[in-house]
Amino acid sequence: MNRLADALSRMFDLGLTGELLGYPFVQQALLAAAALGLVSGVLAPLVVTRRMSFAVHGTAELAFTGAAAALLVGVSVTLGALGGAILAALLLGLLGQRDNERDSVIGAVLSFGLGVGVLLLWMNPERTANKFTLLVGQIVGVSSADVTLLGGAALVVLVITALLYRPLLFASVDPEVAAARGVPLGVLTPVFSLLVGTATALGVHVVGALLVMALMVTPGAAAIRVTASPLKATVLSVVFAETAALGGILLSLAPGVPVSAFVTAISFGIYLLCRWIGGMRINRLTRGSAAATA
Amino acid sequence: MDLGPGLRAGTRPGRVPEPVTIASEPQEEAVLSHLRSRKNPPTEEVAETPESPPAVSLRGARLSYGQRVLWRDLDLDVTPGEFLAVLGPNGSGKTSLLRVLLGTTPLTEGSVHIAGEPAHRGNERIGYIPQQRSLQDSLTLRGSDLVGLGLDGHRWGTGLRGRRVRAERVHDALRSVDATDYAKTPLGLLSGGEQQRLRVAQALVSDPRVLLCDEPLLSLDPSYQHRVSGLIARQARRTGASVLFVTHEINPVLPVVDRVLYLVDGRFRVGTPDEVMNSETLSELYGTEVEVARVGGKLVVAGAEAEQQHHVHEGGWT
Repeated sequence: MNRLADALSRMFDLGLTGELLGYPFVQQALLAAAALGLVSGVLAPLVVTRRMSFAVHGTAELAFTGAAAALLVGVSVTLGALGGAILAALLLGLLGQRDNERDSVIGAVLSFGLGVGVLLLWMNPERTANKFTLLVGQIVGVSSADVTLLGGAALVVLVITALLYRPLLFASVDPEVAAARGVPLGVLTPVFSLLVGTATALGVHVVGALLVMALMVTPGAAAIRVTASPLKATVLSVVFAETAALGGILLSLAPGVPVSAFVTAISFGIYLLCRWIGGMRINRLTRGSAAATA
Repeated sequence: MDLGPGLRAGTRPGRVPEPVTIASEPQEEAVLSHLRSRKNPPTEEVAETPESPPAVSLRGARLSYGQRVLWRDLDLDVTPGEFLAVLGPNGSGKTSLLRVLLGTTPLTEGSVHIAGEPAHRGNERIGYIPQQRSLQDSLTLRGSDLVGLGLDGHRWGTGLRGRRVRAERVHDALRSVDATDYAKTPLGLLSGGEQQRLRVAQALVSDPRVLLCDEPLLSLDPSYQHRVSGLIARQARRTGASVLFVTHEINPVLPVVDRVLYLVDGRFRVGTPDEVMNSETLSELYGTEVEVARVGGKLVVAGAEAEQQHHVHEGGWT
């Protein structure tokens, strides 16, 4: 407890925070977080509408496995995470096409992936500190090469999402009519899983594999509470994700607490606030329509 | 009340801005009685414009899954502007017929054409209205978004160009079904009738030649059933689109139906409601004693299995 009080007392030490902001590794972490916030903010409302929260979790676990493997053989952790997440997306897409099966497939795959990841970490003789950060995130590990890779991957995901956006939205919110109008649902589902997998892998560095849902799911869940417009929901979700990602890093600098603690706290705080606002909004709307029909 | 050029089936009215029709009860009734009083079946009206191909044309069509034949030797021409009710017990292939027209299920044998072209997936000449339950608790979408997706939701690309034209067409479609008041409300907060109004706008916004309706009245209150079926018929006649209306309950659509396609166990009958919905024809179709009676302007079908199967809830895309 003393440690926590100590950390909190330093949280608003602006001098220290400012000093740390001068370091390149901090700036790189902020860039990485900004790219991640943008991508996850754009995808989150679709993830929530398609009920894919658990799939994101499963994908993140396999991204962790990939990252652990990369650490063992000595290649870029981001590349390893990307490989693991893409493998997960393909596996989940292949095994769980049927709705009623998806849930259990994810459960089976993610537990195995996590187990393999633990084994890989155990086999790794050195850098114990790095191992823990794969699960909970740590900004010091972000190199400038990583930032380039993150930025490139983020750009690819954003461009593909923009080109597919209307059919993706149609298939997510109104699958029956979308199918009737010729939208290829069977193709869009694995493609979207790949996009989500890529974005999830990017999150491993910043918030860690276990907590990536704080950026991939929570901002979208919060946004759709306060608006029914898909465009507004996307904009809000991006703002929420950026606030959580960048805000989390800034707050964690001076106290030296793991980034993910702050990112998840900010994200959850926004979610609670939006639920409260959303509750009042629905009350007002239902009262309004009741009055109109009365 | 003038129903516009759409009544003369076969002529296609352009996008003539029609005066907004407020769907108040008396007017709705007027439309229905007007439609009821029509003496000429649409086949004769079409003779005026012989150049327009049938909206839907099936020739020697057969659909079977393995050994099970849903229907065979089906020849059917649906003329522009015609309202065809598709009836039959569960599993008789009503929904499958719609999927054949949508191009998502291929015929086992025979040919199918939509407005002169072979049926294909993603056909822009087709509008589709599903059951109401699919929207029941959707809070992440508004009516205007739903209608917009009906216009360009199947297109790739960013769609940033032409946003103004898109907004106008969406607004026109919403206005034509009198849904502008709640176009910005989350869909899940609307009544079933309001949701189906939006569905009609969504299906019509792309100006289709054929409207395929798969049990759109299911789970609606009886008062809404008449309003929604009246709205579909009125809008279809306004735009000159044909309607294929799959339903297990003919009474809500009886006032607006031109012809009936009745499917039972691989057999079928096509004709006016009077020709098909009688004891003799249905007994023959079902191969058992079926009694059809008119009670207070409603058709009552009484016949052991037939009646039972009629009222079993039918799933959408099974």
